Amino acid sequence: MRKVYLDHSATTPVHSEVVKTINYYLTEAWGNPSSIHSVGRRAKKGLEEAREKVAAVIGAKPEEITFTSGGTESDNMAIIGGAYARQKKGNHLITTQVEHHAVLDSFKNLEKNGFEVTYLPVDEEGLISVDEFRESIKDSTILVSMMHVNNEIGTIQPIEEVGAITKEKGILFHVDAVQSYGKIPVDVNKLNVDMLTASSHKIYGPKGSGCLYIRKGVRIPSFTHGGAQEKKRRPGTENMPGIVGFGKAAEIVGQELESEMKRLTALRDKLTKGIEENISDIRINGHRTKRLPGNVNISFRYIEGESLLLSLDMKGVAASSGSACTSGSLDPSHVLLAIGLSHEIAHGSLRMTLGRDNTEEDIDYVLKVLPEIVTRLRSMSPLYQRKEACQQKECYEHVQ
Amino acid sequence: MYSEKVMDHFTNPRNVGELEKPSGVGEVGNTTCGDIMRMYIVVKDDVITDVKFKTFGCGAAIATSSMVTELVKGKTVEEALKITNKAVAEALDGLPPAKMHCSNLAADALHKAIEDYQAKQAS
Repeated sequence: MRKVYLDHSATTPVHSEVVKTINYYLTEAWGNPSSIHSVGRRAKKGLEEAREKVAAVIGAKPEEITFTSGGTESDNMAIIGGAYARQKKGNHLITTQVEHHAVLDSFKNLEKNGFEVTYLPVDEEGLISVDEFRESIKDSTILVSMMHVNNEIGTIQPIEEVGAITKEKGILFHVDAVQSYGKIPVDVNKLNVDMLTASSHKIYGPKGSGCLYIRKGVRIPSFTHGGAQEKKRRPGTENMPGIVGFGKAAEIVGQELESEMKRLTALRDKLTKGIEENISDIRINGHRTKRLPGNVNISFRYIEGESLLLSLDMKGVAASSGSACTSGSLDPSHVLLAIGLSHEIAHGSLRMTLGRDNTEEDIDYVLKVLPEIVTRLRSMSPLYQRKEACQQKECYEHVQ
Repeated sequence: MYSEKVMDHFTNPRNVGELEKPSGVGEVGNTTCGDIMRMYIVVKDDVITDVKFKTFGCGAAIATSSMVTELVKGKTVEEALKITNKAVAEALDGLPPAKMHCSNLAADALHKAIEDYQAKQAS
């Protein structure tokens, strides 16, 4: 059976060149980068080369990169660290309703500790309003955190416009770029960001590895205390396999960025168009064009996401959903609710995120099996039965 | 995460559909929680002779609906009322803990269909 992996926003397979690099640092250059002898120096060289490669993708200086355990730690470090660093200037923070939980829960923690947070709403395509953002700024605003690309619906936020405003007002600006780093152009200077989160395993590197870009001159307190590693920002012996793997992965995605963007955009549009033409009662979630090249998110009315995922998996297709059943909670995705979907339509969402191994044949295969699955599940659905029985107008108004 | 039996009933659900002249119809759940089950029964001489279901929901919701139809066919109304959600889950070799609450409502749907039948009998 054909295997089609369409869950690249969850994680990616590790690139074979990355595996080779990691292997070298596990077997040959396994030293402690802090050691003075040759095997230590070899490791130190690998560490600093990785830093240069990770920095180069976003136009940063190597010394502005702090390696971490991944996106969650970087988001926590930037938001909680940034808030405490500036608390003498005010206690107001701004973010959006559609952030990843690593960001939302960091803000929830700060709220418990006396900070005030504004959660900006988004429109039906998932975009924030820059005007609304500007109006939400107070004299006491000290930090803004906003994701570049939404992990579920792929919508790209107007980070450059937000960054111009925060720069002018002297407000600390953090961007969660976990879903954009290495996938679309990200330039920390053009975007005017002070801190930026990136993760290794979303770009064909190993898990448990990421970084926080911290602009030169921006000071945030450390969470952990120990040695002088990572300029004391993140002490402890470095996760060398994770870091050199991240570095190699960054180098490769940096080289392939433009060609992959073009290729994935074409595949994404082919998949979206194919679904639109072959399956009725659907809703495309997210912005049509201000969108991550590899992201397709579609709700299928009258059916539930987990059933869809199980059925696709049996046909060899791996994807994800914003249904409550797959989120581990009783509510469907907060992102889908924030763009105005009803619970029913949010439960029927399917996210397919494309990556470097996907081909045109993969898309053809999905377009062959998906309509059959949707038809089967709808034939079992009491909601579809009701739809067929009722007036067309009444039933379609939710969808369009 | 699902047992083989759950996957079997999800992949090949038994008794899916509607009945033209049901003795009773029951529906439970709502779209907010993500599961809706509708159960149709035919009762002859106090015995449930036919049963069909339609379900909107996850793998567990579909599998429990299918299983309850298998358990109830040929049973008397009194016996059918004794089938619990827990018994349905057990017949499927268990469900993941998170699914025990949200998607394990098939026996409730059956009981509602029986109530509907009994209400019609009484009127």
